[in-house]
Amino acid sequence: MNWSEFFAMKGYAWYIWGSYGMALLIFIIEIVMVRRRRMLTLQQLHLMRNAEDDMT
Amino acid sequence: MVPWFAWSAVILFVAGLYISFFVAPTDIQQSEAYRIMFIHVPASILSMFIYLVMAGYAALGLIFNTRLSSMMASALAPTGALLAFLSLWTGALWGKPMWGAWWVWDARLTSELILLFLYLGFIALHASIDDPRRADRASALLAIIGSVNVPIIYFSVQWWNTLHQGASVKFTGTSMHVAMQQGMYTMMLAVWLYAIAVSLLRVRCIILERECKAQWVSELVEVRQ
Repeated sequence: MNWSEFFAMKGYAWYIWGSYGMALLIFIIEIVMVRRRRMLTLQQLHLMRNAEDDMT
Repeated sequence: MVPWFAWSAVILFVAGLYISFFVAPTDIQQSEAYRIMFIHVPASILSMFIYLVMAGYAALGLIFNTRLSSMMASALAPTGALLAFLSLWTGALWGKPMWGAWWVWDARLTSELILLFLYLGFIALHASIDDPRRADRASALLAIIGSVNVPIIYFSVQWWNTLHQGASVKFTGTSMHVAMQQGMYTMMLAVWLYAIAVSLLRVRCIILERECKAQWVSELVEVRQ
């Protein structure tokens, strides 16, 4: 079996790679969003803390 | 703990995909198209399982008034929703070549769609209430009532006449090739560990956001830097 045959999946390429592609996309988007949220939260807390320091 | 789950998930994904595409034989009826199963079944099972765990945490939060369990429920919802969507998406891409239709209003498919809407409803309801504790209680109620849907999805293929096939793996034995089973279980475990890792990461954000006024938060190394 060569690679082009493997990727063709006997004519089901679109269905199979469409499924796994979407899975990959979803996992990547979710990871990026969670990491972004963590970054933004920490930034926010950092700002809050600095504001407190300024007051005291 | 997150890196442990994340890296085991990566390793199991690689192993699971290898078994799914190179070890498992071609199906006699469905040719190569059946290989969608290796992502479709884990996504579907986990979308149901995560819902039950989420409803369980939400119930704990409602009964014992514990904040952390409610936060855990909110952290699980987006992951569950994405897996429910993935289950429907891969199901559509599998249904088209096998049944000739992307979508049919069949018991299994419709109840899984309702599961997706329950997740979205949970997230939307929680986001629409300003006071987080009240939001926890309201959405917990929704999650608990919605959990009735999970057994409906699971048993839908037995209770109704549906286009969707019945379970190939039963307690009494299985009709699948060993390599197909191994691929499916490995992928299931991988998705499971991934879901744990990403929800733990998300719950850490939620804790920090909600407890932002607590002393310990401002003393964290990440915040002090």
